[in-house]
Amino acid sequence: MPVIEISAITRRFNGLTAVDALTMSVEQGEIFGLLGPNGAGKTTVIKMLTTLLPPTSGEAKVAGFSITHRAANVRRAIGYVPQMLSADGTLTGYENLWVFARLYDVPRAERETRIHDALAFMGLEDAANKLVRTYSGGMIRRLEIGQSILHHPKVLFLDEPTIGLDPLARKAVWEHIMELRDRYGTTIFMTTHLMDEADSLCQRIAIMHHGKMVAIGPPLQLKTAVGGDDVTLEDVFFHYAGDKLDTGGGYRDTARTRRTAKRLG
Amino acid sequence: MTPREPDAQPSVLAETTLKVSAPFFGLISFVQKTLVIAELEVRKLRHDPTELLLRAVQPALWLIIFGEVFTRVRAIPTGEIRYLDFLSPGILAQSALFVAIFSGMTIIWERDLGIVHKFLVSPTSRDALALGKALAGGVRALSQAVFIYVLAIVLGVKINWNPLALVGVLAAVLLAATAFCAFSLIIAFLVKTRERFMGIGQVLTMPFFFASNAIYPISIMPGWLQAVARGNPLTYEVDALRALMLAQGSSANGLGMDFGVLLLAAAVLVFIAARLYPRAAT
Repeated sequence: MPVIEISAITRRFNGLTAVDALTMSVEQGEIFGLLGPNGAGKTTVIKMLTTLLPPTSGEAKVAGFSITHRAANVRRAIGYVPQMLSADGTLTGYENLWVFARLYDVPRAERETRIHDALAFMGLEDAANKLVRTYSGGMIRRLEIGQSILHHPKVLFLDEPTIGLDPLARKAVWEHIMELRDRYGTTIFMTTHLMDEADSLCQRIAIMHHGKMVAIGPPLQLKTAVGGDDVTLEDVFFHYAGDKLDTGGGYRDTARTRRTAKRLG
Repeated sequence: MTPREPDAQPSVLAETTLKVSAPFFGLISFVQKTLVIAELEVRKLRHDPTELLLRAVQPALWLIIFGEVFTRVRAIPTGEIRYLDFLSPGILAQSALFVAIFSGMTIIWERDLGIVHKFLVSPTSRDALALGKALAGGVRALSQAVFIYVLAIVLGVKINWNPLALVGVLAAVLLAATAFCAFSLIIAFLVKTRERFMGIGQVLTMPFFFASNAIYPISIMPGWLQAVARGNPLTYEVDALRALMLAQGSSANGLGMDFGVLLLAAAVLVFIAARLYPRAAT
């Protein structure tokens, strides 16, 4: 049963079409990867699905609720980790979790247990009472994922979850994502720039280019479709999205990505 | 009779119950979440109170230097009240204004990071987010009240120690700072960059301050400026504070009018800030 259903969703900004009539669906319990060059529209898709941005036209349902007409229900059913740094450095790890437990209406009787479970699950128990600005990049990302799963969401949206992390920290995040799916059956919808990440984590991926979806399927199937004996996902990516050296992103996107990478790194 | 009908009855009942209780639970949830947002800001201040200590420097200078000099020269007609006494409520209001008007800066910071996005994706009403942030600005401003009271006592200002009056002072400061903080949020949502926000903040604080009764009575102003001062919420805050904080204080407008204007300003500004809140994520 699809937990995300997108039909002909479009978003325009001042004449520029960031997402162009995107149609696809994601199944319950799937780890789904959205790939594409900078400026392809990946973050805009996530912002629409998480109710941050209304679509210009088209419709999508998340966990059975319309993102435009039942936004409040969608918000209760999802978790979201933005590409940028979203844990508050001026608070402790515990406080960062506490506030979201309250905002997501986790019942008082369960609140402490859930917070401690999240800390334990993300391996942050020892650092719970330290200010987050003293955390390493990998710890911050794990805390952010912890924040977004306190209410046991049906769908978790991760926008470039491993941006700016070293290989060790990245591996830890991957393991946690897979365990989340296995333990809670959480559907994971993520964007990434890393082909090895998409290849090893995602059951299916979609490649976006200039706001349109140009390919969708399991990594192996896409590799086979592009042909050749030792085709990698990177080759698939270039095949569909590598028509020009500089595809987009712009100054603001670049600044934001570098800032996030610098803070986490 | 269709097989569905037995099911239809309970679901209609359930919907009716939901309709009756939804506004009540909605209100409870709104209040709870507003307080969570406000508490969060207070926790941040507890971790790092440096900002509040620094903010106390400016009002201290106004009272100790400006206040002492103008008390001596007796250039400003303040009736029976000593100028320093007249000035103290004005400086309390000014210091709360300054704390509140720059508090929108945090939203720009949080937007640049991605924190705002996460709050907007949570099931929290935009009104609770805006009011919570604005109330937090109010709580920061209250800490200024403590500094100003200590300073005023040291400088020999005759304070009204009636507990009801003290509660009134806290309420006036909290309400006015909430209004100015919401105003600051509105600016932050509209301008989006720190540089522009700081520029506009600087440009706005001085007219608010000087076009009010904070450091001189409205009666000595030219006619046009009196009109501006009467439209300025700070004037009503200062008027209320002058009546409540000073032993010989009195209100020119009446406390009902003062609190009414402040409440209206806070409600309107929080309402606008809440409508603009989603802009922070785009």
